[in-house]
Amino acid sequence: MTPLHPPAATTSRLSAFANKHRKYVLAGPATFFIACMLIIPLGFTVYLSMTGASGSVSRNADFIGLANYLEVLTSNDRFWPAVGRTFAFTAVVLAVEMLAGLGVALLLWRTFRGDSIIRVIILLPLVATPVAVGMMWMLIFHPTIGAANEILSWIGVSAQGWLSDPRQALPTLMFIDIWQWTPMVALILLAGLRSISDEPLEAAAVDGANSFQRLIHVILPTLAPTLITALLLRAIDALKTFDIIYATKGKGGGSYHEAETLNILAYSYSFDYQYYGKASAVLVLFLIIILAICAVLIIMRKGRKA
Amino acid sequence: MKLKNTMTAVAALALLLPVAACSPSAPKDGAESQTLNVALPTHAWTNAIKESIPEFEKASGIKVALTTFGEDQLSDQYNVKLNTKSKDFDVMMFRPPQDGKLFVQNGWLAPVDDYLKKADAGYKWDDFLPATVDSVTVDGSVYGAPLITEQEVLYYNKKLLAEANVKVPTTMEELEAAAAKLTDRDKGQFGFLSRGQLSASVTQFSSFLYSFGADFDNGKKATLDTPEAKKAYEFYGRMLNQYAPPGTTEMNWIQAMPIFAQGKVAFYTDVSSLSPNLDDPSTSTVVNDWGVAPFPAGPAGSHPYNISAWALGINAFSESKDAAWKFMEWATGPDMSLKLQQKGQSLARASLYSSAEGTKGFRDDMIAAIKTSTAPGVAVGHDRPLVVKVSEAREIIGKPIVTGIDGGDVAGAIEEAQTKYQQFLDEETKA
Repeated sequence: MTPLHPPAATTSRLSAFANKHRKYVLAGPATFFIACMLIIPLGFTVYLSMTGASGSVSRNADFIGLANYLEVLTSNDRFWPAVGRTFAFTAVVLAVEMLAGLGVALLLWRTFRGDSIIRVIILLPLVATPVAVGMMWMLIFHPTIGAANEILSWIGVSAQGWLSDPRQALPTLMFIDIWQWTPMVALILLAGLRSISDEPLEAAAVDGANSFQRLIHVILPTLAPTLITALLLRAIDALKTFDIIYATKGKGGGSYHEAETLNILAYSYSFDYQYYGKASAVLVLFLIIILAICAVLIIMRKGRKA
Repeated sequence: MKLKNTMTAVAALALLLPVAACSPSAPKDGAESQTLNVALPTHAWTNAIKESIPEFEKASGIKVALTTFGEDQLSDQYNVKLNTKSKDFDVMMFRPPQDGKLFVQNGWLAPVDDYLKKADAGYKWDDFLPATVDSVTVDGSVYGAPLITEQEVLYYNKKLLAEANVKVPTTMEELEAAAAKLTDRDKGQFGFLSRGQLSASVTQFSSFLYSFGADFDNGKKATLDTPEAKKAYEFYGRMLNQYAPPGTTEMNWIQAMPIFAQGKVAFYTDVSSLSPNLDDPSTSTVVNDWGVAPFPAGPAGSHPYNISAWALGINAFSESKDAAWKFMEWATGPDMSLKLQQKGQSLARASLYSSAEGTKGFRDDMIAAIKTSTAPGVAVGHDRPLVVKVSEAREIIGKPIVTGIDGGDVAGAIEEAQTKYQQFLDEETKA
């Protein structure tokens, strides 16, 4: 006969063990989850990046050490331009989104008639799926039958290439990203603004500070942690942007790779060319870059707190 | 204290749970009815066969579970799943020219030779067009049944041609003269259009290349810089540079076809299977105005590609290979092929084009164009280089096309492409 429950002795021994190592036992499930979902895939990626894996991962691949990294880091036609584009894209969209987001948040700070409707309208780009957004802008910016050139023609401006022009593709994509993500920044900053109490603002007003001085000396310093949080979130997201670029420019980021960021490049290497080793090397390098930026931003935030 | 002890014991047990969840599930009961997983792209063929699947389920007792993806997403799915030896798909629809060699080399497709030997005589394997059988044959083994065939044809806008009193061209020279005459940029009217995007352009450029008397390679040596190939590159680039709407270097058919469908372009070369899009009044204003003609002749004659764009194959890791073959035999058999052909699909069985029943779903000019294009000695059986890493090769070959469209130094670009493509071929044959 097999007992349905473990005998009392086993239970108490188990609890004694668990009690003694409580911190490990309680942290166990989360640790296990992180190991499964994060460390193992990451470790495998690092391993792949040092092999010549191509075609199928399950085929035997030679261990080639850092050769992939060497090849990627000396690739002047694809890798370095992609690094440049990734940072240009991120810098521009971050700057505009933070400024515009702050502006929108300040406008929506004080309640007024119909503000809830405006808030909903502003949030619409955020809830649209990225591929649908990509398709929509692709039609609007179609050089021959799109609405954008139609509108330009009304005011006498000649037709532009937009996404199809190698020089305009990246700026157009920046515009789309700004259109889509400024609302999120505004939303975060608005929440931050709402938490500022009235007293310091009133005190500043009594002391004769005008609204610009209040913004610079009271609002912004109080809002700083929220600003840095929004900046961090958007920076990570913008660096990793994939969906709208893939949806509008396809694999390889255009005929001249003019919109190819690091993520798009890694996609080309892995899914299109099936050079898994090389793709993993690009991704590991990309991860190092993102970690470095996060470290800088977190140190900045800590510095402010101290 | 007692409660606390119990709780930590529960926590300790919870720690073990995920491990149990990770362990493989018990083997399936053999008695339960068989389910066959079929992966298909969102394609007109998929829509056409969907309605008939209950008939197959009833006759065979096999339950069919369909999964459909967009074309690019489907190949990504194969990539991700087959890399982990997944059994999620039994029957896979794949693109022989693009994926065939790669999938076979990766060990993802199961050979079907034995099934073909045992197949019913009524299946008529020898009815399949030879070029399409070649496309699913790798190193002497057959890896699938060809489905859709595609040829490059010349679409034209009857209204624009009639207005300018232009005849349908039959040679490249006539095509260029007509395109020049019909281009009126101020009116937003253009003479010619074809795909111009780096990678996408290569397949449509291929027929021009063959008709000028060239090819991508001869198996070992790159032949992109032969005098014939140079002329083809120059011609294709010039046509798109001078007579096409702006932005062609970013155009796959998805971007190009709507411009023709909006009546803004006189001539458009692309694949025959796109024609249903032109007949759809919700996206096309040329439903009554479009015509189609065989691919125009170059200095070496008219040599459009004729390929098997899609085929059905069996996942090498599948545990239901017999059932998968049953499905393939049914879906590509003579009866079902005729039924789908009548719904407008252009399938790979030769008999479908010689019988009135088989051509019922087609316009007269389309069937004439297909017949001319697939005649022996005319069609070429590939529309992209016959290599394993097709995507990479296409980006090398497409570079001089893009350069030509943008009016750059084509000769220099060809020289560079020739060198790079030769390196690429050397590495492929070495591996």
